[in-house]
Amino acid sequence: MTAATSQAPAATAPPRLLALRRFAREFAARRAAMVGLGILVALTILALAAPLFIHASNLDVVNAPGQPLSPPSMRFPLGTDYAGRSIVPLLIWGTRPSLAIAVVATALTMILGSVIGLLAGHHGGTTSRVLMALTDWFIALPTLPLAIALAAVLGQGDTSITIAIAVTSWPGTARLIRAQTLAVEARPFIERVKALGARDSQLVIRHVLPNVAPFVLVSGTLTVSGAIISEVTLAFLGLGNPTDVSWGSMINQAFFQGAVSAGDWWYILPPGIAIVIVALAFTMIGRAVENILNPRMARKP
Amino acid sequence: MSTNSAPLSAQSLSALEAPPSGGASGARDFAHYLATKVVAAVVSFVALLVVGFVIFNLMPSNPVEALTRGRPTSAKQIAVLTRELGLNQPIWERFGHYVVNTLQGHLGYSFQFETPVATLIAQRLWPTILLMGSSTIVSVWLGMWLGIRSGWRPGSLLDRLSTGSAITLWSVPTFYLGIILLVLGSVGFGPIPPLFPAGGMSTPGTVGGFAISHIIDIARHLVLPCLTLVLVVFAQYQMIMRSSMIDEAGNPYLLTARAKGLRDTEVRRRHVVPNALLPSMTLIFLQVGTMISGTITVETVYSWPGLGYLTYQALQIPDLQLLDGTFIIFSGSVIVFNLLADLLYRALDPRVRRS
Repeated sequence: MTAATSQAPAATAPPRLLALRRFAREFAARRAAMVGLGILVALTILALAAPLFIHASNLDVVNAPGQPLSPPSMRFPLGTDYAGRSIVPLLIWGTRPSLAIAVVATALTMILGSVIGLLAGHHGGTTSRVLMALTDWFIALPTLPLAIALAAVLGQGDTSITIAIAVTSWPGTARLIRAQTLAVEARPFIERVKALGARDSQLVIRHVLPNVAPFVLVSGTLTVSGAIISEVTLAFLGLGNPTDVSWGSMINQAFFQGAVSAGDWWYILPPGIAIVIVALAFTMIGRAVENILNPRMARKP
Repeated sequence: MSTNSAPLSAQSLSALEAPPSGGASGARDFAHYLATKVVAAVVSFVALLVVGFVIFNLMPSNPVEALTRGRPTSAKQIAVLTRELGLNQPIWERFGHYVVNTLQGHLGYSFQFETPVATLIAQRLWPTILLMGSSTIVSVWLGMWLGIRSGWRPGSLLDRLSTGSAITLWSVPTFYLGIILLVLGSVGFGPIPPLFPAGGMSTPGTVGGFAISHIIDIARHLVLPCLTLVLVVFAQYQMIMRSSMIDEAGNPYLLTARAKGLRDTEVRRRHVVPNALLPSMTLIFLQVGTMISGTITVETVYSWPGLGYLTYQALQIPDLQLLDGTFIIFSGSVIVFNLLADLLYRALDPRVRRS
């Protein structure tokens, strides 16, 4: 970009909008990131539009149209499941809970991680030590047993899976945000803000938070693919909503209704491939965002 | 789960590399180090008990109902249970009982199996140790082998292939990898005949004990679950070893070794690998958490009669006292292994010990 184009909008647009534009340009220049974004946009549209062309009768176990576990045919392009339902609408419908839970759980993770990270970074001393000890403790703990325990006590369902994922995945974000808060608060403009008499809450929310926000975004995009895998794992173990169709519950049914021991590949492969594609798409986007916003932190291949 | 399964992050490395405080007497220094680490582990364990108590005793709105779910219970039994569980006592007293009981090994009673939880865990412990032990050995060996070679020549074909496959295996949920291997290995697919048994730990009806045929039978059942765990975990060891090889390769002592006229493989084997192994050895212990999460799903897929499968069985009711027991055992063992990692690092590296 030439000096002229960079100068012209600077007079009108606020600096954050400019940064956003620069980010979008760099993002668009990365092929892997755009592929990942394309996959996600397509899947999101599919998930949102699913109720338009999939009726409750497609998902109903009673009155299923086909024979149970029949291989792909003209009528059922991906065969049927244990109840005789066509796999294709199940697969499309399964996008909805899988994406929704992963996104909501990630949002909760980001809120929890950022609040703890900001508090620990802003308040030094005992607060910081206690919060960081808590974070380290959570990092050391194996996540799946804790998530299982939480989800089991809260009962089957999307809400308990979401909570279980959020409670077990915030520590990484908290660590990152604390480190960035410390870095931001060491900069001179914070001293000026303090000298002008800003309250703690004002300082953190108005000045520190906007500066650490990009790192929350980095952490968030990388958390989603982990959240999807966690969601599917918990649903496979039988903790998902028993009345809904999700990729995890599809694999759960395929496995426990005997499709695996019968080798019914049309039932087992599609949900798994869908999971891997979505997880990879989020990872590709996450790595690109990480590289653009934080080249120093980007992990080596 | 992502934080736990992510490649070993910088913080666990820096925690290990924290320089020990310099002291006059090495022995007293070590005692001090040991004491700090043991106290930290004890504090972690107490925190674990608090979490276990909150989840399993405070969060269920009606613990008696939660405990007896799936079983017919009379009003009298409910009254007895309420008194036995001490639900009419204040929270602090209940927590005290919980801590004392757990420390004494009284982990509660499983209504599902009609057996004390501690007995169940003792029965299921050995299959899990066998599975985790064998897959740790194989994945450490495989990870080290690949990590040494890919770290010695970063950017080579082997490096790109092994790193690429490691990242791909990353995006596959463990249980799904298990299912795919189960189909390929025990159902057969196309021209591949079923090579291995589908589940369990031994063929029903065979003689147990230490008979050769029984051991071979168990080994055949072990192949697929072990392979699944290896594929999930080896990448971690490979990445650790790869990066510590790359770190070591920058050192000037390599120049000396080459100047002496040693062949390239000799330089690698005699000089670089021993130094690069040091940080990796302790990180193996820190991977036990990832291993445990993997064990739960892999044992479920292969009905391997260990603690992970027990957790799955408990989950179906849900049998909360049993879940509480396995939760404490799984998480507690991670605390123990983290402590071992700290001590091992200190013991292995003479540079750290002396300073």
